[in-house]
Amino acid sequence: MTDRSEIGQALGRLLGPAEPEVGCDVCFDELDRYVELELAGRDVDAEIPGLRAHLAGCPACREEHDSLYALLSA
Amino acid sequence: MSILEVGTVKAVEPAVPLVAAPPPPPFDLESHEWLRTLRADGATRDAAIARLHTLLLGAARFEISRRRHTMRHLRGNELEDIAAEAAADATLSVLRRLDDFRGASRFTTWAYKFALLEAAVKLRKRAWQGREVPLEPDDWDIFSSTALGPDAASEQRELLAAVQTAVAEALTPHQRSVLVALAVNGVPIDVLAERLSTNRGALYKTLHDARRKLRAHLVERGFALADRLEAE
Ligand SMILES: [Zn+2]
Repeated sequence: MTDRSEIGQALGRLLGPAEPEVGCDVCFDELDRYVELELAGRDVDAEIPGLRAHLAGCPACREEHDSLYALLSA
Repeated sequence: MSILEVGTVKAVEPAVPLVAAPPPPPFDLESHEWLRTLRADGATRDAAIARLHTLLLGAARFEISRRRHTMRHLRGNELEDIAAEAAADATLSVLRRLDDFRGASRFTTWAYKFALLEAAVKLRKRAWQGREVPLEPDDWDIFSSTALGPDAASEQRELLAAVQTAVAEALTPHQRSVLVALAVNGVPIDVLAERLSTNRGALYKTLHDARRKLRAHLVERGFALADRLEAE
């Protein structure tokens, strides 16, 4: 049975993030700095605005972010 | 007329002395050493490229081991071939873009992302190789009212119906195809880019525009989206 959260996720994939976001090219350019700032516990949203929103809206960039984060944490 | 064209001595001499652009952040020693050796000649450069390739092969293998469970049909040697290709392509990308490295991160972090990207793209393409890329909604089930349990609130049913209407009416055919492929059918963006002979950045722009239109369409019809859809 489809539940509310599943529907919410499907709607989220369709409608994407509400906030302003960067595109895939800027995301790739900034990804290394973003992940190092994250690992240093810095306020990444303030330092690189729009990238977190892009990661929420773009599954491919999200995967690449998660992999870089995992690799640097390994 | 700009202030510099007014003609008085005062106007053409800036009150604050012009300063050169701030120097780039100093590279950490290890990053500096990577750049120095990769830009050197002969044996020093060859050795640095070999070290870089080894580093990137490790990153490509890391990516592949993370995604192994989604690639069960691939044998170990096929996965190793993908890792080798990804490492070779990433090494070339890094060497080509060496001047783009500004020291905003460690050199190795910057280089890793090329290997992770190459490996991820190759795995996604391999997973979709020979499969038709669906541009029409064949998985609207989740949005049909029969798929909703009895608990689904009527407001949510209304929102779902409105979303379907908006997809059908508010978007151009291209926007609709891209949105459906990426956001409903789960086609990876680089796979779709290859099939449509475009690139990832352009496709994401289309997806982004389509999403803006959907949101605007729904807001016009009185749906409050902000409080409902932000949670990931
Ligand atoms: Zn992206």
